[in-house]
Amino acid sequence: MPEKPTEEIESVAIRFTGDSGDGMQLTGTKFTESTALAGNDLATLPDYPAEIRAPTGTLAGVSGFQIHFSSHDIRTPADHPDVLVSFNPAALRANVEDVRPGGMVILNIDAFTEKALTRAGYTEDPLPALRDRFQLVEIPFTKLNRAALADLDLRSRDADRSKNFFALGMLYWLYNRPMEPTLRWLEGKFKGDVLEANARVLKAGHAFGETTETLPRSFVIPRAKIAPGHYRNITGNTALAWGIVAASQVFDQEVFLGAYPITPASEVLHEVSRYRHFGVKTFQAEDEIAAISSAIGASFAGSLGVCTTSGPGLVLKQEALGLAIMAELPLVVVNVQRAGPSTGMPTKVEQADLLNALYGRNSDSPVPVIAAATAGDCFGTTLEAFRLAVKYMTPVVMLSDSYLANSAEPWQIPDVASLGQERAPFATDPESFQPYSRDPETLARPWATPGTAGLEHRIGGLAKQDGTGNVSYDAKNNAHMHALRHEKVARIANEIPPTEVLGPDRGELLVVGWGSTQGAILSACIEAREDGQNVSNIHLRYLNPLPPDLGEVLARFDKVLVPELNLGQLSLLIRSQFLIDAKSLSKVEGQPFLVEELRAEIDAMLGLET
Amino acid sequence: MAQAVQITQKDFSSDQDVRWCPGCGDYSILANVQRVMPELGVRRENFVFVSGIGCSSRFPYYMNTYGFHTIHGRAPSIATGIKCARPELSVWVVTGDGDGMSIGGNHLLHTIRRNVDIQILLFNNRVYGLTKGQYSPTSRVGMNTKSSPEGSIDYPIQPLAFALGAGATFVARTVDVDAPHLQETLRRAHEHRGTAFVEILQNCHVFNDDEWIEVEDRKQRIDAGMKVVDGAPLVYGSEGARRGIRIEDGVPSVIELADGQDPVAAGVAVHRERYETPAYAFALASLARPEFPLPTGVFRAIENPSYEALLSAQVASARVQRGKGDLEALLSSGDTWTVEA
Repeated sequence: MPEKPTEEIESVAIRFTGDSGDGMQLTGTKFTESTALAGNDLATLPDYPAEIRAPTGTLAGVSGFQIHFSSHDIRTPADHPDVLVSFNPAALRANVEDVRPGGMVILNIDAFTEKALTRAGYTEDPLPALRDRFQLVEIPFTKLNRAALADLDLRSRDADRSKNFFALGMLYWLYNRPMEPTLRWLEGKFKGDVLEANARVLKAGHAFGETTETLPRSFVIPRAKIAPGHYRNITGNTALAWGIVAASQVFDQEVFLGAYPITPASEVLHEVSRYRHFGVKTFQAEDEIAAISSAIGASFAGSLGVCTTSGPGLVLKQEALGLAIMAELPLVVVNVQRAGPSTGMPTKVEQADLLNALYGRNSDSPVPVIAAATAGDCFGTTLEAFRLAVKYMTPVVMLSDSYLANSAEPWQIPDVASLGQERAPFATDPESFQPYSRDPETLARPWATPGTAGLEHRIGGLAKQDGTGNVSYDAKNNAHMHALRHEKVARIANEIPPTEVLGPDRGELLVVGWGSTQGAILSACIEAREDGQNVSNIHLRYLNPLPPDLGEVLARFDKVLVPELNLGQLSLLIRSQFLIDAKSLSKVEGQPFLVEELRAEIDAMLGLET
Repeated sequence: MAQAVQITQKDFSSDQDVRWCPGCGDYSILANVQRVMPELGVRRENFVFVSGIGCSSRFPYYMNTYGFHTIHGRAPSIATGIKCARPELSVWVVTGDGDGMSIGGNHLLHTIRRNVDIQILLFNNRVYGLTKGQYSPTSRVGMNTKSSPEGSIDYPIQPLAFALGAGATFVARTVDVDAPHLQETLRRAHEHRGTAFVEILQNCHVFNDDEWIEVEDRKQRIDAGMKVVDGAPLVYGSEGARRGIRIEDGVPSVIELADGQDPVAAGVAVHRERYETPAYAFALASLARPEFPLPTGVFRAIENPSYEALLSAQVASARVQRGKGDLEALLSSGDTWTVEA
């Protein structure tokens, strides 16, 4: 049989969809790993229900994983998949309208029974109409998979569990991905019949791709031209966890992580718990309050205290966060934001806790707030949070979100030496020691830990006399301490690097973003500039304090657009602080921005009809 | 230990003026704690006192040690973090019936359950003092306060029963003004490895005066109180009115003892701190006036590894098995690839 032809393409976006029990997240993750090793740039978007097992075959139970990979720079998981893989009618119905017109839709046709169609809410067979709009590839994955395993002593239910790997094998062939990373993973993960079954169907799927007439050609996506270096694939939660572990090395100090399980932050606790040999202690507390309280205790005792949570947890932590502000202890509070309010949509994205991080406590209680922009950036931003916390003796809130948490990208592995070596300036000298004396540059108070002779002192939540730290109800002192705490956080602005304007440094429109929207904003603005539009963009890592040059940058543009996955929180800050008519573009659908949504708004602001 | 020998009670007094109401039981507790500290063989800088919110929680300000006056109910969690980070420190939590049993009940429960090696002193005066006199979770039913003008309808919680229910490895009760007994109880609490939970019956002179007068007053104490001692029968009462406590199927009853009668032969229970199950200690904790004497002393003391010791052991064993963490190896673990220039 002659080998099938290959076609070179620049990029493709594939969405794997099925029941939440069909293994779509695993399939997507394995495809991602293989794609990273193939040298493409990539971005992923896992999208799954909060329920562990929603009723089979229903729209509520549909789980999806989208990967966008390319031979050029990739910043988003793509607005519209080119390929949809659907393991049942519900997955098809929930996703098919997102597919690019004329795109490929690969179906497990065995699952398209009348009963399953009804379950998914179809009143008639949708396939005839879809055949006109898309390139339908109907494959009996269940039957083929069972046939491949016929001689193994497996119940058909168990055999069916591996059909996702059959499809994965076929897609490896279709996009010329290496199978070896997945085979290696299988060997490390399973043994016996389970290993044999999964490895066999992966290869069978690949062979099926090679031979089936349904797929006339395979596609080649050349390696991306990315900066030279050593790379790995990473998700935001892993990068965040490794940032916490790295802090123990950079500061040569024990890290104490107090956490309570909460979606989508739990993986950080899981990951960090694996690295006790780094001198990292993890504590699964009884609740969110105990989680932060234990971390505050550990910081008081001289460890690097950190706690990881999501929105509802941050709310519960606010009282204790106020104590850390008053006690002026270093602490990192990580909020992997999710869609709210209340329990909201725990697995979906939102960036709506900005104001809560800034202002969600009693009284004026300033805290530095920084945000990660990409999955890989979670590593450096976490380390930056520790650095600020120790240098300024303050709690720091670090914001990630559920999109960053679960999405993956290739990440250039940093040289450990480049991370620097920091030393916490522990107080040791009893001579003229005062617990609330100040470093003249940073206004930080000394970190004097129990066990140090001669530095015995008391701290707490009651108002403090400057210097001695003794309880004080003195009116002027209270105002003075308010001002000091405010000024201490404000001084962090002195070390924020100049704001980098992408595009013209003055002009018609500036798009201002923060957090996980960076990829979509950057893509939209680059495309707009390529179309000759006068639009620039900046992305903020420091939300409190804001960059000192921000006002001056904003003033160089006629119009300012602030896209956010909330109802306009940064926009509110910018409008109030700089008295400009910044326009908010908000999206609160539990999904990241599409590039086309941003482009439409940019067009509208530039007065262009679309 | 040279310093430990030299330091005295005075070394443990901070320069802050003590601001409890005149007549408050906290003065006596503070003095006795300061008295015991120099005897414990711990350097002063290794003591940490942690408190929540309430009258009792001002305690750390008056101790010339490391101290942390935190937020309402959370002291056990903050103390857990301190002890996990620095197991060599001697960590003491000072709390009250409102702070510990009400807003902080959850943290107290889980800290005791984990057996973190700290001392928890719960000053029980059966009233909210700092907020000026509302009923607390340990107040008696029917207590008239500003927030219960027609009498409290809350059934009270018994702190020692709570601690035993949480699996406490050390449970004791003592009285604010009974200096020798208080000091001995503090020493025992300090010796214990694991969470030592001590209820100190304490008088609030302003809002609930004489709540514990029957065990504070030396004379009344003889018939109304019962000091339990490991290995000794549960007996109490003045000459000619000696009584003992029998506990049968978990149900306690009072036995009147004739002059010279052997209490054990009469069926009086023998106190043991180390019964296998906490049922006996629980029965002891349920004894209440006026039907029974109010017992004081160490109700239960058993051995179990403490949380922070187990945590440190996991760190140590991970280091033995995997070596000290290597960040470079971690970042490059799994599948990686190199892009050539």
